[in-house]
Amino acid sequence: MSDLLYSEVEEDLRASVRDLFKDRAEPAALITRTETAEPYDLNLWRTLAADLGAAGLAVPEALGGHGASAREVAVVMEELGRSVAPVPYLGSAVLATSALLATDTAQAEVAERLGKLAAGTLIGALAVPLSTAPGAEFPSAVTAAADGTLTGRVRSVVDASVAELLVVPAVGPDGPGLYTVDAASAGVTVTEAISLDLTRRIADVTLENAAAKRVADASTAASALDTALVTAAGLLASEQLGIAEWALTETVRYLKERYQFARQVGSFQSLKHRLANLYTDLVNARATARYAADCLASGDDIAIAVAVAQARNSPIAVHAAEEAIQLHGGIGMTWEHPAHLYLKRAKSDEIALGTPGRHRAALAPLIDLPA
Amino acid sequence: MTTVDDLNRRVAELLAAYPPESTPRQDFLDARFDAGLAWIHFPEGLGGLNAPRSLQSVVDKELAAAGAPDNDKRRIGIGLGMAAPTILAFGTPEQHQRFLRPLWTEREVWCQLFSEPGAGSDLAALGTHAVRDGDDWLVTGQKVWTSGAHKSQWAILVTRTDPDVPKHRGMTYFLCDMTAPGVEVRPLRQITGEAEFNEVFLSEVRIPDAHRLGAVGEGWKVAQTTLMNERVAIGGTEFPRDGGMVGVVTEVWRERPELRTSELHDRLLKLWVEGESLRLVSSRLRQQLAAGAPGPEGSAVKVAFSELNQAASGLEIELLGDEGLRYDDWTMRRPDGVNFLGREAGYRYLRAKGNSIEGGTSEVLRNIIAERVLGLPSEPRIDKDVAWKDLPR
Repeated sequence: MSDLLYSEVEEDLRASVRDLFKDRAEPAALITRTETAEPYDLNLWRTLAADLGAAGLAVPEALGGHGASAREVAVVMEELGRSVAPVPYLGSAVLATSALLATDTAQAEVAERLGKLAAGTLIGALAVPLSTAPGAEFPSAVTAAADGTLTGRVRSVVDASVAELLVVPAVGPDGPGLYTVDAASAGVTVTEAISLDLTRRIADVTLENAAAKRVADASTAASALDTALVTAAGLLASEQLGIAEWALTETVRYLKERYQFARQVGSFQSLKHRLANLYTDLVNARATARYAADCLASGDDIAIAVAVAQARNSPIAVHAAEEAIQLHGGIGMTWEHPAHLYLKRAKSDEIALGTPGRHRAALAPLIDLPA
Repeated sequence: MTTVDDLNRRVAELLAAYPPESTPRQDFLDARFDAGLAWIHFPEGLGGLNAPRSLQSVVDKELAAAGAPDNDKRRIGIGLGMAAPTILAFGTPEQHQRFLRPLWTEREVWCQLFSEPGAGSDLAALGTHAVRDGDDWLVTGQKVWTSGAHKSQWAILVTRTDPDVPKHRGMTYFLCDMTAPGVEVRPLRQITGEAEFNEVFLSEVRIPDAHRLGAVGEGWKVAQTTLMNERVAIGGTEFPRDGGMVGVVTEVWRERPELRTSELHDRLLKLWVEGESLRLVSSRLRQQLAAGAPGPEGSAVKVAFSELNQAASGLEIELLGDEGLRYDDWTMRRPDGVNFLGREAGYRYLRAKGNSIEGGTSEVLRNIIAERVLGLPSEPRIDKDVAWKDLPR
């Protein structure tokens, strides 16, 4: 039976990550940072990824990681959702790392890159639009020439703005492949896009005869890419849980403080019932997120678990953030209150890695409920 | 500490001494109770072994596999889920000895005399009064929504014994003999056409003081134990993936492709996802319980289940189209309990309306979540310090 609780080790990890974000990703500072030339806090990233070891949790020890599993990564993702900390965790530690882990890791290029990604000394990105759903057709936006160089354009790549390594799916003369590309090399242009999500950046990647190394050929490229997308989608459910949890906690706190009609606003039944509904959603989101993380760790029932978690948690996170804004009244609409950061993250997450509708459609054949 | 091996050994001994194929059902249940294998978390001598509740499934599975007879949980659910834990917590040793064995072995069926026409969600406002008469009490009043009263020998009963103090303080809890003179049970026909519930009229019913549970005036405290156990019983049921009311609809979907539309498809998938996520929540709750850290999620699960059952049964008759316009049978019946799967779609749809009312309305449960789990301020109360007799009603 799958374990849906948190282990002591996972709780310890959570405490360290939460303390770090509490000290270094305070909401008011985040809002200010979004308008500077450095919207990502790469010092915070180094502490999280390197000092706390959060980037290498799911990477085997032999490859320089911590040999833990998706269960631990999920706990970090929960805390990322709760704090919307501006770090490239999803793109680097989840998407790029999972893609390389799903190739033949005996290759020197892969082992070396994974070691650095796990150590937090290299930032990676997977060059697909963040909206790509698991099971989507292999992307053909980038073409590999016979000499192995890549040409093409990929829009809305998460964390590409700060990535040093791009993992690029491309189609060559021999069919689909996965390639590694140094972002600093000639022929690579990364153009920052204005992201709906202020604390998670996206960029368009343009490649013009860019030098690349093929790390997965036609036999494994599609499955490696899909593994990365499935893993990231399953883990995103934990981030969505974190967002919902923040929204509920903060809203409850505010409704206890705020007085109207000579009563604490939180004593009005119509509002209490809305918060009780959010709590019910949260209980559901936690169970589905934990199940998805546990399945990713054990290898069982992954496809159904991930589709359920995404179909369930995406709308829960959006609804929780929307309720937080509504129930904070006028202040919920302001720039200085952090609620908007969470709504922007929640709505972007709903589109990221497959919308709820796409995940339900993917679920249909898996559970024998054909259209 | 009882281990799985201990339990397996005890089960083997019971089966050897009372072979299921040659032992009458009632004798086997008696023997199982006396062997401490009835409810293993109960004390020794009272059908249990003081063992962890989580190991009960070990016993149940072994006995079922051996073809041993069992009691009918559906028929005696109120006794098992509500009366027994309350009697165990508040009863005297004499009451433990007198009531628990026949309750578990199904010799005596129990019902619950709590709700009244004027006291449903506001249970503490109840008015059925008990007046002391020597060694007895005389009870008069009307109860309602009483499942199975027509086949029960005993009832758990909450009464008003002091109308001059605020409502929560003047109540007393009794074990009531349903065959006593003055107890009249009338069927209460429901939305489905059947009478699963009853009204119960009590006219100077004589209850010996020895059948009082807990102290005089402490009835609310005792009733809290009953109600808490009711919620545990409702929320703790294990069900499989694609099971429950959603499973009924998915079966129709698979067998009747001609009924499918794209709009119903997405709604069905949404409900399936909700059902799966509730299955995981229940599973997580049981894991928390087994780890010794029960969470407060039970009320949330009940609210969510009610909504899911109502949505799934509504989708089912909609999917059936033409057939959804028809009903199986409006004849008044007196069923043994709720059996969603024993009737057709229309019955399920109508009966599911009760899910968000029985065992605590969704509104009351949301208040409980808001106040006790989230710590929000309580509703302003005008009834807290007023004597029961002075409350508007």
